Amino acid sequence: MGQTNGALYTRSLSELARGLEQGEFSSRELTEVLLGRIDVHQAQLNALITVTADAALQRADAADNLRAKGDAGLLNGLPIVHKDLFCTRGVLTTCGSRILGNFVSPYDATVVARINAAGAVMLGKSNMDEFAMGSSNETSCFGPVTNPWNAQLSPGGSSGGSAALVAARVVPAATGTDTGGSIRQPAALTGTVGLKPTYGRVSRFGMVAFASSLDQAGVITRTVEDAALLLGVMAGFDRRDSTSADHPVPDYVAGLAKPLQGLRIGIVRQHFDEGLDASCAERVKAALAALEHEGATLKEIDLPNTDLSVPTYYVVAPAECSSNLSRFDGVRFGHRAADPEDLFDLYCRSRGEGFGAEVKRRIMTGTYVLSAGYYDAYYLKAQKVRQLISQDFTNAFEDVDVIAGPTAPTTAFAIGEKTDDPITMYLNDIYTIGANLAGLPGISIPCGFAAGLPVGLQLIGPHFAEETILACAHQYQQLVDWHTQCPEGFA
Amino acid sequence: MHKAVCIIARSCPVRLLGLQENPERFVSLTKDQVQHIAILARLKLADSEFDDVVDKLSRIVDFVDQLQAAPTDDVLPMAHPLNMTQRLRGDEVTEPNERDGIQQNAPSTENGYYLVPKVIE
Repeated sequence: MGQTNGALYTRSLSELARGLEQGEFSSRELTEVLLGRIDVHQAQLNALITVTADAALQRADAADNLRAKGDAGLLNGLPIVHKDLFCTRGVLTTCGSRILGNFVSPYDATVVARINAAGAVMLGKSNMDEFAMGSSNETSCFGPVTNPWNAQLSPGGSSGGSAALVAARVVPAATGTDTGGSIRQPAALTGTVGLKPTYGRVSRFGMVAFASSLDQAGVITRTVEDAALLLGVMAGFDRRDSTSADHPVPDYVAGLAKPLQGLRIGIVRQHFDEGLDASCAERVKAALAALEHEGATLKEIDLPNTDLSVPTYYVVAPAECSSNLSRFDGVRFGHRAADPEDLFDLYCRSRGEGFGAEVKRRIMTGTYVLSAGYYDAYYLKAQKVRQLISQDFTNAFEDVDVIAGPTAPTTAFAIGEKTDDPITMYLNDIYTIGANLAGLPGISIPCGFAAGLPVGLQLIGPHFAEETILACAHQYQQLVDWHTQCPEGFA
Repeated sequence: MHKAVCIIARSCPVRLLGLQENPERFVSLTKDQVQHIAILARLKLADSEFDDVVDKLSRIVDFVDQLQAAPTDDVLPMAHPLNMTQRLRGDEVTEPNERDGIQQNAPSTENGYYLVPKVIE
């Protein structure tokens, strides 16, 4: 929305870009304001693992100089925080894990390099569930992040630090990664926008791998316009990622203007079952009615294998994780146990001490489903069911342009509430996991409040249809002001 | 002694034992099985965390076991989320050698080598 004269920290990335361009303030001034926000709010939120204040101010000065020379890139002088699983050259990259507690990356992830090249100023690295394995940000070895809407509550996860920072108006935008909902679910639980692009749309190079066939980088912002702006910078072919898609990158910001008239929206029956909180359902249905009022058509559809998506995911993702995380061996980087008896002891104790409980469970689940005698029954079976789930989406997209529904079954839950039962925690991602299994783009946008807590509307599109879901989400944001509402104590 | 051999016969129904003992609460994995998985995964579990791992891992295996009921005859397993084939590249050197920078993160190195405990006596 059009307001451009509020405090700098309340403004969107796009508004800040205009302010910098018009000389209303400098990047140094902006950076100082936001570093001040970090100082004030970090103690409560615990949303950052590393703050790069000195480097940020140097980058800001460099950005101001570039602008003076008329050489400003698309994100010149604009702030960004990266989730702490993106490798950042010369900066600690921990993945929220003790095993990487001392790891200083020797190179930049492609996402980081592209955002840097566009001129952005990194303020720090955000807290996250350990290796992105979690839906509550409680598995970080740096402690849980708190939700700005209520400090007793979780901001969701795994990109909970990024979501909390954006919701709390500490930064306007932060990167995240989404393997089963890790961008969209925390966005829903904090009242922010979370975009997970198509698999292969954004390079995974330099993103510490969790489950390589599911992982995808994206962003958390307050406006859809900002998500579109950042996606345009991040997306595109990268020869360093063997699954990077060689697919043209459209002008996502220009695409936002597409009106809702004629847009066919599919409503998944299975996403409005008894698992969905009634007041969340009410908010999501009201949002769908608003889209219909603006000219979209709604159609009920089925994704018959929805119930199998979470169990499928909890075979495929742990299998890939157990393989990917075998690189953490205490030999080449990361934590090494003291005084190992032999090489086997070095491996087992370095990993046993370095990984937290949830990561160990997933590694062991993956080891089990891949082990001799169980591979066919679990892993191969899950990859077949995954095909069925993917086919459900393909069938659905023959009749609709976008699939819409809730992002998460409830609003934010209490820290500690679901830690005793991994299955309850896993089921939090029931509406988001399908898009990962099928490689589809998805976005969560705020669509109201239930008992004072944000509710998220999820839009899922066909492969490489980011333009469609972004335009739909943007048009919705023109009708409402949910995304401009700020949690108490952060205004 | 640490050979990756699975100790459970393939035909053994995964959660039969737990079902018979307590139909309300499946216990699919035995302590021995979990210990074996931990060895395969190169994870040393503390005594204090072992029971919790057995319990939660069993619940996870019980949960994913519902996949068995899904009809998947004639379904091809999905190997890539976009069902694409792997791109190949020429076998060319494209990256500079950054060994010294990379080894800054290593716990123990000598003359460019990574040091580990003695493997051959």
